[in-house]
Formats: sequence, structure tokens, C-alpha cells
Amino acid sequence: MDDLLAEFLTETNENLAELDVALVKLERTPDDHDTLSFIFRLVHTIKGTCGFLGLPRLEHVAHAAENVLGKVRDGSLPAASGTISVVLTALDRVKAIVSGLATTGVEPAGDDTALIAALDAVAAGRAPPPLVASGDARERLPEDAPVQGTREGKPVAPTPTDPVASAPSQPLAEPAVAAQTIRVTVEVLENLMTLVSELVLTRNQLLQLARSRETSDFAVPLQRLSHITSDLQEGVMKTRMQPIGNAWNKLPRIVRDLSHEMGKKIELVMLGADTELDRQVLELIKDPLTHMVRNSADHGLESTADRRVAGKPETGRITLNAFHEGGHIIIEISDDGRGLPVDSIRAKALANGLANEAELAAMTDAQVQRFIFRAGFSTASTVTAVSGRGVGMDVVKTNIEKIGGSIELKSELGRGTTFTIKIPLTLAIISALIVAAAGERFAIPQISVVELVRANRRADGANPVIERINDTPVLRLRDRLLPLVNLNDLLALGATTQETSGAHIVVTQIGAAMLGIIVDRVFDTEEIVVKPVAPILRHITMFSGNTILGDGSVIMILDPNGIARATGIGASGESKAVGAAAADAGRSSDRTAMLLFRAGGSQPLAVPLGLVARLEDIPRETVETSCGAPVTQYRGRLMPLVPMSGSVDTTAPRQPVLVFADGDRTMGLMVDEIVDVIEDRLHIELSAAHPGLLGTAVIGGRATDVIDTGYWLEQARRDWFSGKPKSDRSRLRRVLVVEDSDFFRQLLLPSLGAAGYEVVGAASAAEALRLRDAGVTFDAIVSDICMPDMDGNAFARTVRESGAWAHLPLIALSANAEPRDIETGRDAGFTDYVGKFQREALLASLQQCLSEPVAA
Amino acid sequence: MTLDVLERPQAGIDEEQVFVTLTVADQLCGVPVLGVRDILGEQTITRIPLAPPEVAGSLNLRGRIVTAIDLRRRLRLPPPPDGTPRMSVVTEQGGELYALLVDQVSEVMSLKAAAFEHNPPTLPAEWSQFSTGVYRLDEQLLVVLDVSRLLALSNAG
Repeated sequence: MDDLLAEFLTETNENLAELDVALVKLERTPDDHDTLSFIFRLVHTIKGTCGFLGLPRLEHVAHAAENVLGKVRDGSLPAASGTISVVLTALDRVKAIVSGLATTGVEPAGDDTALIAALDAVAAGRAPPPLVASGDARERLPEDAPVQGTREGKPVAPTPTDPVASAPSQPLAEPAVAAQTIRVTVEVLENLMTLVSELVLTRNQLLQLARSRETSDFAVPLQRLSHITSDLQEGVMKTRMQPIGNAWNKLPRIVRDLSHEMGKKIELVMLGADTELDRQVLELIKDPLTHMVRNSADHGLESTADRRVAGKPETGRITLNAFHEGGHIIIEISDDGRGLPVDSIRAKALANGLANEAELAAMTDAQVQRFIFRAGFSTASTVTAVSGRGVGMDVVKTNIEKIGGSIELKSELGRGTTFTIKIPLTLAIISALIVAAAGERFAIPQISVVELVRANRRADGANPVIERINDTPVLRLRDRLLPLVNLNDLLALGATTQETSGAHIVVTQIGAAMLGIIVDRVFDTEEIVVKPVAPILRHITMFSGNTILGDGSVIMILDPNGIARATGIGASGESKAVGAAAADAGRSSDRTAMLLFRAGGSQPLAVPLGLVARLEDIPRETVETSCGAPVTQYRGRLMPLVPMSGSVDTTAPRQPVLVFADGDRTMGLMVDEIVDVIEDRLHIELSAAHPGLLGTAVIGGRATDVIDTGYWLEQARRDWFSGKPKSDRSRLRRVLVVEDSDFFRQLLLPSLGAAGYEVVGAASAAEALRLRDAGVTFDAIVSDICMPDMDGNAFARTVRESGAWAHLPLIALSANAEPRDIETGRDAGFTDYVGKFQREALLASLQQCLSEPVAA
Repeated sequence: MTLDVLERPQAGIDEEQVFVTLTVADQLCGVPVLGVRDILGEQTITRIPLAPPEVAGSLNLRGRIVTAIDLRRRLRLPPPPDGTPRMSVVTEQGGELYALLVDQVSEVMSLKAAAFEHNPPTLPAEWSQFSTGVYRLDEQLLVVLDVSRLLALSNAG
């Protein structure tokens, strides 16, 4: 279509929408001169433009209407209801012509003489000849006529047409608002977005450069530049946002039609229509949403008669609810209908061969219900015009997953069904994990990454080993088999992998299925700007896009869904829901929140968050000196400060401090920067020779040194503990630690873990005894003496008395290492007695106890 | 589109066409200058796995991702000797940027339509399908490349 014409249509459609509102307002407040001028101007514009474009029909109608309006404006005609009606009819005609124009590109044929005559008659002050009632004319308008190019235009909300007459002098707000919005093409915005992304990358490079200089004149202006860039980025992101209501505005009409068609009474409730999301995402969810609302109306809600029988209100209700939640948009589509019939889904799944009877019997109702997301599945026994053609929820699900979203459903028989869609706020910027295979780097969207596992290609050492079933790699992960694909093979990168080299496995969640992707290396997570791949590469389903990294290089973004399809996982995905859920449960239990910080050097350090009492950022001048060591006044007391790195940067105006506390004793660890809190598995892979470090663990995808809190606490106060243990590298001996203080237990567990023990913690003697009664076995027990309820000595006596643990080595931990206490402990049955916080001593003791037959 | 018009030299005797000349495997070629967005020296190119063999990879041109097409491979020519620096001619098609990897980009030449001839019928298909004709220069012949056809890699790869 001609550009000019397209532009005209866009403009006219917007004007017409505003005109409708203004005319209704004029009818109520006939004296409002501003409204009148506004209307006149709009009609005049339409007439002028179509004359210019050579659209005679439109021009004549608009011209006649303009005549009438001109008279009204001059005051020679009253703005009576009859006059307005004729003008409205004329505008309806204009709309009809415009929509014909939009579909065919030419003016539709038609006769306007009657209408023009009526308009002329009104203009001349005569009564108009009888005309089609304006209401009817409006009804016949195709409301679905494509409205072109108005995507970014602010839709004008129709004025509620309640008949309450408002005061005649009511000021009109619309024109002012209209003047404050301008229309720009989406292209301009996309272009801006690209430029801003580029600016962000350049800013990051500059900051990198500035950091490497000690002092720089550029530091301050650079900081400002940095802030402005961030604000700009946010601002440009905002221009792309649109209220979700834009995707909903056709739904009331659809529901109304459906309700007529099927003889059901349906009420559509829309909540959170002003929730904003990225334009691109909005376009992509429009169709799935429409489909789901149709489904709810057709399948979900019962007929009026059935509802009456079920004792429900006759009017069925479909509720759409949209809201923000943690960087995502949640859209709920719920109905109060009959709910999903689990039995007929079971029968259908069986008939379609999606699962056998045994499998079905083992499934929960929720799992059975998820079958509706499978291709070719429709429970409607009859195919209606509305839905039930078997292309339905599977397409919806695929479309939603394509944009990185997920869909869940909850259904209760007789009560209704709720679908919950979770989609990212924007597709433009995502967080991605950068990995490498065969020397090439790739990005994997973080949203689909569940965890990272280090594995060996050949059996040696402690890491899990990749096993093979007829060349198909699998991994035993927490007592389950995880299917693996080798990125190298998948992408035909053609590199021969060394058998001896270690591998990283990126465990991804695809729908309900889990898949491990074998890569050679794992780098960082980066915020990346997703760009679509060139059209000639669109057929490669493994990639969802490409991007430019901070260092300027181009990198492909892997699409886990595409990978799953290529490996045939997607098809059987649903039946694995059980396994995934189990793995999920296992995962959450062994995750630890780790505080990441930096001190001396760029490598992050970590400490279990549970050990840190507070994070403080104290002004430099409050750091004082006592006996040559730094201290600060903290909550009315002196708190010793220990610099984490040898040299503390004394120039920075503020000093970040990790505060450790136990009872009323506190100490502060001075660090350079507090980076993040990450929840990850704490698996210390390398023991450190360095004092003050427990070892190295992979946290958040990076090798991170975990600090030995005990060491640092002792740096601050020699008397902090009177002994915390450590043991020796005995192979996977299981040690039970009974300790009531969360603080000490958290401290002890990783330090024993680092020494090669498998450690289980119990918070009380009673909890420990429950483990014994449950048949859990250990090689040794380390117990605190001072504990509430049952103390260490009583615990030791109980253990020695009877049960499977009667002959285990028992090591007491106590701050009171007086000879008398030790004697009492030995009498109670302890094998050894170690002061709290003597890590080395505990480790030595454990080693000794485990290498000798126990003297019970 | 302007590109299409410019790719096919007009028949008028005095009309001139301006070309960016380049060499690939010692053959002088030309592409219409108005279709050229940029000339780049040796670039870091990221390989795209599973892509058609003609696709050399993608590169970063001031924040835009450009798909690089290896002209030698597109014309079924042998690869250049190892270590030869390649240059790129960046063109735009359908809003996307593409870089043609060539051996050398030489100069911008204004050529008279009088020197233009259609492809000799004996020209092998590998060349004739991507060439709109030949200019007779004093010392050698210049093959006019049809950029849009060069970029029309079928999706089947």
C-alpha cells in the first residue's frame, strides 16, 4: 500500500476514535466551544487530506459534515441531539469507507447522496429527511477492521456513556493529552534501543579502562556518564512498553459473540490491564491469549442449564489477571467452570497412545491434566467452530515457550480451571550463561539453566563420570539418569574431545524434562541484548538469536527448546515430570546461600550467608586503632576489624564490613566490595593450602574461594572459640555433627567437608537420635557439650547404651577444655575431647579415631 | 528497491555506473557502489555452526551483527592460501547487513555503459548465475556481481 495512504489511514483512525468521544461529550455539553473547535478541526483535517489523496466519496461526506459543524461552531445551529446524530452517522460512514480503504486500498463503492442530503438539510436549518438510525449504522461497522500502524498510539478510552448529565462547563482534557503524544515508528524505537545497547557496551569498556588506572581525572565525569547511560537505557526500554490491555481489547467482543453463539451467559473480568510489557512480547502472546479465552468460554464454562443444576450462578465468569512478579509478567486466565475432567483425559491419553495404563495409574491428577498441552489432544468430543480442532493448547504452549515463558495449570473438578502464564518482561535483554565447546563460545539463556555439574569424561577422581549406553552419554545425578547431549556433536563443531579432559554439564529444564548439555568450559553470566539471526540462518533451530558480548565479539544464543527438539526430548517431555520434581526437591535441600565479595584481587570470595550476622558499610573515619589493630564502635561496643586482604584501601570513603557475631561477641571482616548473594550447591572441590581459605568451589558458574571463617574469627579474637575441629582426608567417611548453634554448625560443616568428610548436621541430640533410629549410619560423631534439653554428655551416654552407634568414635566439642570437663566427658563415653574452634585439632582427632579401632 | 535498479546497468551509451571493484581468486569483479555500506579489513568472524558452508560466520560492525558470506565458497572457488587477510564489502538487503568476504578491495570506478556486455553464454553456471554482465576494461575484464542473488542462499542450506 502507498505510504501516504497508510499514513492517512493511521491518522484518520486515530482522529475518528477521538471524534466519537468528543461528539458524545458535545451532546452533553453543547456550549463547550473548545470541544466544538476540536471536532471541527478534526473533520476538516480528514476532508483536506482525502481531497489531496483523491478520495472523492470520503471527501464529499466529510465536507458535508464539516458544513454542519461549521454552522454549529458559528452559533447559527444549535448542537441539538438531532444534529449530532446526523454528524455521527456521517462519521460512521467515514469509518466504513476508511476500513474498506484499509483492506482493499481503494474506496469501496456506495451511494452517499441520502446522507449528504440529510447533512445539507441540517446545515440549512431544515429537519433532516428520514435516515437509517445512527445506532444501527454503528452496529454494522466491522469493528475488527485492521487498524494500521496505531500500535504505539495511545488508544483513546471510550468515555463511559452513562446518561448522567455533567455540568455544562466541564473542561475538556482530551485535546491537551492528544497534543502530548507523538507517533513514532517502531523502527525508530528499535534503532534507539540498538544505539543504547551499544552505548552501554562502550560505557562498560571505558569503566574497565578507568579501573585499571589508580587515579584518573576521568573518574568523576565517567561516573556521571555511567549513570546517565543507565537512565537512558531504562528510558528507552520504557518506550517499548505497552499496557497488556492492548492485547486484550478484542476479547470483550469475542466473548460477547461466543456467549450469543453458544447461549451461555459469560462475564469477562479483566484485571491489571495497565500492566506494561515489551511491545514484542505483547504481539507474541496476543493469539495464545485469545485462544485460551475462547477455550475457557467453550470448554471451560458449562451451559447455563448445567450451571443451574450445579448450583452455580448462571453467569459464568472468565477472569484475566495480569501483574508483575520479579522481572516477569504473570497472566492468569481462570474460569469458574467445570474444571478439567481427569478421567476423560486419562481415557483419551490411553486411546491416543500417549501413555500406557501403568504409567497413567502412577500419575497424579495434575500430571494427567498436563496432557492437554500435548499435540493433537482435545477433550471436546465434538468439534465446534470455536475450538476443539486439536490444534490448541500445544500450540499455545509452544508459542509461550518460544518467548522464554512457561505455562502452568490448576484445575478442580466442578470449580474451574486456572492457567498461569509466566513470561519475561522483555525479550530485548536477557541474562545468559556463556559456555564454550570446541573453542567456540555460546550463550545459554539463564532462565533455562537449572544447575552446573562438573563431570569427568573418564572415571577418575571424585567428580561424577559421564557414562555411555551405546554411545549415548548419560550422567547419574542424585540417583537419577540425566540424558546428555554433547554440544560439540550437536553443532557438528568437529573437534575431537580429549578423553581425559574434564567436562561441565549445563543442566537445563525444557518444559518438564531435564537435559544436560556437555560443554568444555563455563564462563560468566552476562546480560545480553538478543538480536535475531539473519533470515538466511533462521532454519537453524538450535539458535534463538545472536548477540554482541562486552568484548565486542559476536556470539550465538542457544535455544534449549530447539536442542530438545533436535534430540527428541520435547516429544516425551511430559512423562518425565515426576523425575524432574524429584530432582527439584533434592536440589533445594543442598543449596546454600553464599555471599560473594571481593578483597584484594578480582577473584570473588564466598562465605555461607548463614554465618554472616550483618553487612555494614561504615564511614572510613569511624575506623579507629586500638593496640595497633583496627577497631570500630559498633552498637556501643568496640568491634575488632580484620582486613581480609593484606593491604586495605584506606582511600575509599566507606569501608564494607562483614560482621560475624556469636552471642555478644562480634568481629568485622574488612573487604573491598560486597558483590552478590547466590544460592548454589556448596561443593568445595579444591582444598586450599592458603590459611584463611577453605578451598575453591564453583559458585554461580565461577571458581570461587570459600573463606575459612574460623581462621578469620581467630585473627580478631584469640578467645573466639575454644576449638573447632578439622579432620583428615579419609575417604568419604561420614561424620555426624551435633551442635545446637547454627553458627558453629554452618562453620563446621564446610570445613569438615573440605577435609574430605561427608558431613551431616543435627541441631539437637534428639534430632541425632532420630537419625540413629532411622538407621542412618556414620563413621564418627562430633558433638557439642553445652546444648539445651539433652546435653552432650547425656547424648554420649544414650549412644553408648545401645543401638547401632554404640561403638562409634564420639568426639566432644567444648569451649571448656578443663581437665575436669574432659574427665566427665570421657566418663560419659566420649572418645576424645577437643576445644571449640581448634579446627586442626578436631581434624587430627577425627583422623586418629577413624584409623584406630574404637575403644568404647 | 534502489539496489535492484543499480545492479543492472542501463543501456544508454553515455550513462556511467559507479562500481566498487574487488578481486576474488585473481578475477576482477565489481558491485554497484550505492549498494555498499562499508569496506572492512580483516575482521574477527564468529563461526556459525550448522550454517550453510557459504556462510563464513558473523561479525560486529559498530554494534550491528553482520552475516559474512565467503565469496570464494559461493563461487565454488578453492579456499585462499592460509593466512591471507580477507576484506569485506558490507551490503544491506531487506534491512539486514551482509558482508561479502573477498580477497582484495581495490578502488571505486566509474564505468561507461558502452563498455558493458552481457555474460558470454559459455560462462559456467557458477559464475553466470551471480553475474549480470561484464565490462571491458583496458587491461582486464570486470565481472558485475549480482549481490541480491549472491545473498539468496536457499534456506535448505
